[in-house]
Amino acid sequence: MKKIVLAAAFAALAAAPALAQTYPTKPITMIVPFAAGGPTDIIARIVAEPMSRTLGQTVIIENVAGAGGTTGITRGAGAAADGYTLMMGHMGTHGAAPALYPNLKYNPATDFAPVGVAAGTPIIIVGKKDHPANNLKEFIDWAKKQGDKSNHAHAGVGSVSHSTGILLNSIIGTKPTFIPYTGTGPALNDMMSGQVDYMTDQIVNLVGQINAGTVKAFAIATPARSPALPNLPTTREAGLDGYEVSAWNAVFAPKGTPADVVAKLEAALNAAIDDAGAKKRLDDLGAVAPAGAERGSAALQKLVESEVARWTPVLKAAMAASK
Amino acid sequence: MDLMNNLALGFGVAFTVQNLFLCFIGCMIGTLVGVLPGVGPVATIAMLLPITFGLDPTGALIMLAGIYYGAQYGGSTTAILVNIPGEATSVVTTLDGHQMAKQGRAGAALGIAALGSFFAGCVATVFIAAMGKPLTKLAQLFGPAEYFSLMVMGLVFSTVLARGSIFKALLMVFLGLLLATVGTDLETGQERMTLGIQQLSDGVDFAPLAMGIFGFAEIIRNLESPEARDVVRGKIGKLMPSWAEIKQSTPPVLRGTFIGGLLGILPGNGAVLGPFASYTIEKKIAKDSSRFGKGAIEGVAGPEAANNAGAQTAFIPLLTLGIPPNAVMALMVGAMTIHGIIPGPQVMTKNPDLFWGMIASMWIGNAMLVIINLPLVGMWVKLLKVPYRLMFPAILIFCCIGIYSINNSVEDVYFTGFFALVGYVLIKLGFEPAPMLLGFVLGKLMEEKLRQALILSRGSFMTFVERPVSGVLLAIAVIMLVVALLPSINKKRDAVFQE
Repeated sequence: MKKIVLAAAFAALAAAPALAQTYPTKPITMIVPFAAGGPTDIIARIVAEPMSRTLGQTVIIENVAGAGGTTGITRGAGAAADGYTLMMGHMGTHGAAPALYPNLKYNPATDFAPVGVAAGTPIIIVGKKDHPANNLKEFIDWAKKQGDKSNHAHAGVGSVSHSTGILLNSIIGTKPTFIPYTGTGPALNDMMSGQVDYMTDQIVNLVGQINAGTVKAFAIATPARSPALPNLPTTREAGLDGYEVSAWNAVFAPKGTPADVVAKLEAALNAAIDDAGAKKRLDDLGAVAPAGAERGSAALQKLVESEVARWTPVLKAAMAASK
Repeated sequence: MDLMNNLALGFGVAFTVQNLFLCFIGCMIGTLVGVLPGVGPVATIAMLLPITFGLDPTGALIMLAGIYYGAQYGGSTTAILVNIPGEATSVVTTLDGHQMAKQGRAGAALGIAALGSFFAGCVATVFIAAMGKPLTKLAQLFGPAEYFSLMVMGLVFSTVLARGSIFKALLMVFLGLLLATVGTDLETGQERMTLGIQQLSDGVDFAPLAMGIFGFAEIIRNLESPEARDVVRGKIGKLMPSWAEIKQSTPPVLRGTFIGGLLGILPGNGAVLGPFASYTIEKKIAKDSSRFGKGAIEGVAGPEAANNAGAQTAFIPLLTLGIPPNAVMALMVGAMTIHGIIPGPQVMTKNPDLFWGMIASMWIGNAMLVIINLPLVGMWVKLLKVPYRLMFPAILIFCCIGIYSINNSVEDVYFTGFFALVGYVLIKLGFEPAPMLLGFVLGKLMEEKLRQALILSRGSFMTFVERPVSGVLLAIAVIMLVVALLPSINKKRDAVFQE
């Protein structure tokens, strides 16, 4: 009996490295929990291409959209933990979702084998083009004075623009009237025609409009300025502390994926971020690649835990107030 | 003169061997996926996006745009031949197009759809080139209140779609509106009427609903009486529309192009209203409106022209404002971004070769579509000769693959099956599905815009009357309703609705 157990243990030990040595032997699916064409989808497609080259197997993007990205992540979390199903999660699915979706079927911190952050897209505060404020300070004063007379647009409950907008209001200490839209496009359209006053969203959705002057940018919520918008001050420079947010996108595998497979994926992901072609594409988007210490599995695990802790109280309070 | 120079630049870009080839490939793929029910342009473009990585941005976008309008063309083929609307814009085509096919005039219906679309595409291309920039101002006039009023007008149109009783048509419109309220609440994020089914949290999808209620239900009904299908098979008729039919279709095509093109500019996906509006107008002004719903060629020509013109002018908000009006255009935004072009109002000045190249390629693409499609008409019509016992399983399988491919979701296929049963019951009871689909399509936008407008006005309904554009639209809706309900013309209304 003892012999059998030992033999089984040895077999298991022998099998584990064998799996990693041969992995991957077939195409890998990466679930993007949003419709094709959005920021997370674009980032996934940009890193999937060099990852495929490194791994020697194609990384196929599968868009499973719905419920703020939680539909796709729920499906991915339940997939076989063999390294052939990955997910591109983001700030919403692995940070804000527990507060927004009481019936969430996964725990962002415990139900995944984190692989690493792929890229973050900075958040920008914008107003309509004839907004009375000309800089962030004036904007904050204006927002405080207007209170619920101001119209704050967002791209839908659970979207990045919604969560980051709630956080901004809670830091400023203002309670505007929220105008919900179904996506950044329609919200921007009404901002361009002056129907709504301000919103927050990812740089990739806004940079074209900012450069064309159809909306007015107040600040970028990152520690450093973006090369895509070198004249736009950071929130800290403009005098607003505590509002540094990025819609980070990160690769996750289902819980129980063998550690050496995760390591292989982590290496491939990091190589993809450093790949010259992918880097240029990400730079053009205004996306920020993670620095050395922010890369990899352990850093992502820490990020998820800190993000859940950060978003939960702010969003829960805002959701309770809106009921 | 500027326009000429710009167009010359555009055609210079589009007429390279590489771009012509990409345009052809795009149109070809688009036509094929359009014909396959359910496999829409969104799924196809998403799948082919990685292939375009190696191409220059202009070539890539020309190919992707080709897929888009190719799919619009192809979608009409399915609507006419097997009564399955792949997208909201081809719902109207099923009404008279499929009736024509049943009468052995499938060739004429397909031919007029192709020719009408080609004409509309050409006009729309010139329209975009000449007026794209100023027209964006029109789009900016449309805030939430204006959209809501536009949708109300659309709903009044919808009752005209009925082939039978107006009362039943109204009930179906309301059913569609109700179905549109399933899903997550816009403002609070609460789930409504989802019965705890996660797949319903974003609402009922259009494709499973339309395919179930139209296509699958139609198949069940056909299985009931196989002889009826054999009649269709027996008569194939001419492949091309006759001269008289072309003459009859010319004014509807002109009107359809105008209406469709105008609605297509609106950034809130106004293009879906185009075919409905065109059909309504044709039926209203026809000398003998009782022919509609029984194979009137105007009912195919007008809406098809409107559909294609709208599909084309939907590029205006994307190219000049950087705002995608529908899911396909959102994907084009993604494609542009991947290729390092940030969409926005500056694309026109920063990337003139891309901007004008794409516009020129639209015309080339439309010409190619006619070249691809007219010879195919014969082949499609021959498909009707395939014995029904072989054809219906094939349709069902293709539909299921198509529906699955939209969200990669098996549940959507189950939903289609469910809606098929509902559709069959509705057919048996004499209810028309078309008004329901219009109610469904408009319902989502309508609720969204109503609530946005009311939040912006802080609850005052006067906003819909006070804003001039909105007020005019509502007035038109009221006038149409009064005309339809006035007792003095009741006789005529009966003729329109009750045949």
